[in-house]
Amino acid sequence: MNATRQKKFIETLIEIIRKTSTELPQDVIEAIEAGRSNEQIDSRADYALGIIDKNIQLARIKSQPMCQDTGSILFYIHYPQKADSEALGKVIRKAVTQATKKGFLRQNSVDSLTGNNNGTNVGPGSPTIHMEPWKKDYFDIRLILKGGGCENVGAQYSLPDARVGAGRDLAGVKKCILDAVHQAQGKGCGPGVLGVTIGGDRATGYLASKEQFLRKMGDKNKNLVLAQLEQECTDDANRLGIGPMGFGGKTTLLGVKATTLNRLPASFFVSVSYMCWAFRRHGAKVNERGEIQKWFY
Amino acid sequence: MAKAMIRLEAPFTEEKIRALHVGDRVEMSGVIFTGRDAVHKWLHEGNEPPMSLKDSIIYHCGPVVMKKKGKWIITAAGPTTSIREEPYQAGLIEKFGVRAVIGKGGMGEKTRLACEKFGCVYLHAVGGAAQVLAEAIKEVQNVYGLEQFGSPEAIWELRVEGFPVVVTIDAHGNSLHKDIEASSAKVLSEIQAHVKK
Repeated sequence: MNATRQKKFIETLIEIIRKTSTELPQDVIEAIEAGRSNEQIDSRADYALGIIDKNIQLARIKSQPMCQDTGSILFYIHYPQKADSEALGKVIRKAVTQATKKGFLRQNSVDSLTGNNNGTNVGPGSPTIHMEPWKKDYFDIRLILKGGGCENVGAQYSLPDARVGAGRDLAGVKKCILDAVHQAQGKGCGPGVLGVTIGGDRATGYLASKEQFLRKMGDKNKNLVLAQLEQECTDDANRLGIGPMGFGGKTTLLGVKATTLNRLPASFFVSVSYMCWAFRRHGAKVNERGEIQKWFY
Repeated sequence: MAKAMIRLEAPFTEEKIRALHVGDRVEMSGVIFTGRDAVHKWLHEGNEPPMSLKDSIIYHCGPVVMKKKGKWIITAAGPTTSIREEPYQAGLIEKFGVRAVIGKGGMGEKTRLACEKFGCVYLHAVGGAAQVLAEAIKEVQNVYGLEQFGSPEAIWELRVEGFPVVVTIDAHGNSLHKDIEASSAKVLSEIQAHVKK
């Protein structure tokens, strides 16, 4: 990557970070609005969703982070086979450092042994970059910013689970999902969205559950069994009455996105990732010169 | 069931705090201090705060702060999850006379009991609403422990106006979090009993 191209890529990546941190994708905005229309006017739930709505607009207008916890920085990238992926990793880390200086990201990455925060957001595991080559001639660069509040209420179950009363079947899976919502209460900054993996190992289960957040809110799972599970869990969770921020109300979840991975006969994991209402996800088609050609969300 | 907005203004006396009830919507004006994980642990270990916390308000928040023309500007400042401070909060309320704690997600039994006993409330800000809340912060008056704790964990002294919160734990032993946890647990057990294979 020559200097000119490097510069262009950094500029593009900063723009992807800025947009992700400050502008909620339209499909999420619509889901929040639909939730609000179900709540009683001037209830606590309506009040909380009203503040959320105002916040979404303010963040966009001011081009400032909608949430001060700008979260784990999760890149999902496909790159042309002939591109230099090492150089791409380097420019991503540079872009993250610069986006932090510009205030689109908080100084959010702490050394786990010393507690030191070097203020750049670059260190072991930060940013997290998932990169895969493909045969197309352009880059598909997607970014999710996932805050700590919702990350902390994620849960992984190993079935059978006696506490939840969950056996190794779909009914058991559903019990785990609803238990996770109940455990989270208002701590995950609901109304939330769940990414769920049935199967896999402990690492791949969580990984795939987070990849579910790349799906749009309104899409329908191609697997009909999973599509039904997603709908049922959303409906049942919304009967719990936890509501936005745990204030009470009908909008506890905006949706559930589920997938499966094969498992070992001995293992049966259900991995649940919780995404807060500040569901920051954007992505763009980027050509080999580093220019944005299209936004995905 | 529209609730009137209550204006809470400094000084934050015990009398004003005890007049609040769960469910009240409040707009606060006065000085508040941010404090989160590192500060709570540090105070719990017996260190003295660099300012008086008598009748103070602690905000569980790690803001995004920029320095512009030599002045600190808060550009994003929503609440962080409060339950992590549960082991420390009650002690701080008792020892230093903290009158209100702002955060999100609620707190547990120890804090609820301390609020009742010592006259303190838990005020829930809307999580993630960093811009709405930053708008209510009018000035950064001081910062303590910036070197020691790093920017998100430092103690920022903020002057706020019309800062919007909801009372979810009051000084009369009530907790909205306790109530909702119990009512949702009841519905959950009904649903779980009917989950079909």
